[in-house]
Amino acid sequence: MTDAEELRARTRTLLEEHPPATTDRTDFLRARFDAGLAWVHYPVGLGGLDAPRALQSVVDAELAAAGAPDNDPRKIGIGLGMAAPTVLAHGSDEVKRRFLRPLWVGEEVWCQLFSEPGAGSDLAALATRAVRDGEDWVVDGQKVWTSSAHTARWAILIARTDPDAPKHRGITYFVCDMTDPGVEVRPLRQITGEAEFNEVFLTGVRIPDAHRLGEVGDGWRVAQTTLMNERVSIGGSRIPREGGMIGKAATTWRERPELRTHELHRRLLDHWVDAEVARLAGERLRQQLVAGRPGPEGSAMKLAFARLNQAISGLEVELLGDEGLLYGEWEMRRPNLVDFTGRDAGYRYLRSKGNSIEGGTSEVLLNIVAERVLGLPPEPRNDKDVAWKDLAR
Amino acid sequence: MTEPLPEHPLDLLYSETEEDLRAAVRALLTDRAGHQVLLDRIETESPYAPGLWKSLAADIGAAGLLVPEKLGGQGASHRETAVVLEELGRAVTPLPYLSSAVVATETLLDLADGSEAAAGLLAELAGGRTVAVLAVPLSTAPGAEFPLTGPVPAVADAPAADVFLVPRADGLYAVPAAEATVEPQTPLDLTRPLARVTASVGGTRLAGPDAARTAVRRGLLSGAGLLASEQLGLAEWCLEETVRYTRERHQFNRPVGSFQALKHRMAQLWLDLVGARAAARAAADALATGSPDAPLLVAVAQAYCSKTAVRAAEECVQLHGGIGMTWEHPAHLALKRAKSDQIALGATGRHQDAIAALVGLEPPL
Ligand SMILES: Cc1cc2nc3c(=O)[nH]c(=O)nc-3n(C[C@H](O)[C@H](O)[C@H](O)COP(=O)(O)OP(=O)(O)OC[C@H]3O[C@@H](n4cnc5c(N)ncnc54)[C@H](O)[C@@H]3O)c2cc1C
Repeated sequence: MTDAEELRARTRTLLEEHPPATTDRTDFLRARFDAGLAWVHYPVGLGGLDAPRALQSVVDAELAAAGAPDNDPRKIGIGLGMAAPTVLAHGSDEVKRRFLRPLWVGEEVWCQLFSEPGAGSDLAALATRAVRDGEDWVVDGQKVWTSSAHTARWAILIARTDPDAPKHRGITYFVCDMTDPGVEVRPLRQITGEAEFNEVFLTGVRIPDAHRLGEVGDGWRVAQTTLMNERVSIGGSRIPREGGMIGKAATTWRERPELRTHELHRRLLDHWVDAEVARLAGERLRQQLVAGRPGPEGSAMKLAFARLNQAISGLEVELLGDEGLLYGEWEMRRPNLVDFTGRDAGYRYLRSKGNSIEGGTSEVLLNIVAERVLGLPPEPRNDKDVAWKDLAR
Repeated sequence: MTEPLPEHPLDLLYSETEEDLRAAVRALLTDRAGHQVLLDRIETESPYAPGLWKSLAADIGAAGLLVPEKLGGQGASHRETAVVLEELGRAVTPLPYLSSAVVATETLLDLADGSEAAAGLLAELAGGRTVAVLAVPLSTAPGAEFPLTGPVPAVADAPAADVFLVPRADGLYAVPAAEATVEPQTPLDLTRPLARVTASVGGTRLAGPDAARTAVRRGLLSGAGLLASEQLGLAEWCLEETVRYTRERHQFNRPVGSFQALKHRMAQLWLDLVGARAAARAAADALATGSPDAPLLVAVAQAYCSKTAVRAAEECVQLHGGIGMTWEHPAHLALKRAKSDQIALGATGRHQDAIAALVGLEPPL
């Protein structure tokens, strides 16, 4: 068992052998991975030391104090938050060794080819086909809303391999090479003017069977690993008091007394309280995780932050009055990184609309809370035992 | 960007000792103060059961949790006290716990160093032998201005008080109930009796005006902070009961709890409860550690937990349909308590004003 002292010592050894000041960034990150200090709860040889997850903070604190470079988790969020846990849980040893290091170091960006024009909330209805051809699978179909597809080297992909089975049972999970000639990525311009997500057309894309995660037909279960981790990673980061949207609105309030009105003051204070409470709830969730008592609150955090972000950014636009009528720029851009709090109030207002849609809509998450946490009866459904090919579309 | 506002480390979980205490209190209340017992008792003159107070305050030792052992108490903290209040809220128990074991006790704790009379009275309260009540209206927020002149309306738990702590212009006095005039008023919350109290003369002086102001402020601040835990417990009961009922009740050949409109309302309430628990724990922990963050976290907990408890109780009534409107179903006890708790120890707006001042979000010029 690895304890905090040992981790501290290992971190110092890493820093001595690879002084951040004189080591190339990528070289340092590779060395950190090889020392098992990337994600300490991962297995030995795969960037970790089989240590308790909570001890990561010990390593991070030492490295931050020494001014070591980090792997820019925001830029590689899909890889870190969703692809990695799925690869770890369901990949072969060879797959884990091939993918995890460049993923963590940030040399290879990942995207998530799940949603389709006909399958969003009802993800298991997906129609993209994968057909076995010798040692390969051949994939045809269309994906949509794919964030970072334009920068991604690899994708996690789910596709239908058995149209005769009921929809949840005929799906298989793959790692897809985004440089395959059959992959075409087209930007989808969004509400903010920029295109952070894409349409992805898959035509005769070849995927070796070795890049399958989990059994044939078991892809829905594998996808649950991804989706669960997605929700936790969206709500899971630690924020300081007045971090996030409320900090922006509060700063504007403090710096611009001439904009204040009584009605906005009440609403601002309401939101300030809600934001502080959401922060405390997140803190409590983390303390539960550290104590080894994870609660169901993970799904609550994403819901709470979506609502807050939208309410606060909306208030900020109103507060700004005439300035709120303006928008920074509508020029079509292709950002590598989504910056929810960046740019101006108008951008924040528009981008936050996605918070209650991406990674599962708030309505669907409320269903999950009602059924899995509160134990309320499930939605009536008529698609459970019908072959996917016979379902109405 | 300005620097993030400072914050202090908090322990937001429940310890094992706290869970044991919760189990003991819950067992006692389930046994002796179930909702049916309560519904019977509110028809009588006083909702209080002196035997129940003795069991909770003296036998379990809950009255002295905030008081150090050398002053006759249990030497625990606001964290344990908060857990007792969660259970009292869950059962909407009519006991003078918040007024005597929290507000009056904390006020006296502030004075116990310098005043033998205060220390003596404190030991009585901690042992559960005496009930003391601060003679201010239930709506009084921490930081309110004193003294009050003339009869004081809406003093909570006054009918159960043995002693009143009376803030006057020249300091704080302990006045035996026998020397005060107590005129009962009809409360909205049937489980927290109110009275108009006149105690303008006599009694023992416990402190001069400055010390009195600080002590009363401390009493009210702890009261407001821990009231959040009562509100949390109450809201939890409302949600649990509503989930239980809507799973069983059938309409249109389905359990009504399978309708998505209802599922989402209950899920949203659960979400608010996740927040309320974090906020109430934060306030209790900050009070327990004497954190400089305590006034802010108390105000946050009050602003948030008040509205959550009221909403939980309102949803409980609504989702029970006609049954929710009946006297024989306990939902109305929770609703009446939640609504009066919203006004108690400072209404939401007062706490928001406090927050605005503490974090520098000034009102319009
Ligand atoms: C900014 C952004 C980035 C995204 N990035 C990715 C990505 O990288 N990869 C990827 O695979 N996908 C991505 N998505 C897609 C996202 O996961 C889907 O948009 C989402 O799951 C909703 O599906 P949909 O858009 O088809 O809406 P629909 O499922 O068609 O929903 C329409 C409306 O119906 C409601 N609804 C649907 N079902 C129910 C139900 N059972 N009960 C109640 N209400 C219901 C929804 O809540 C919504 O309000 C992204 C989306 C956004 C907005």
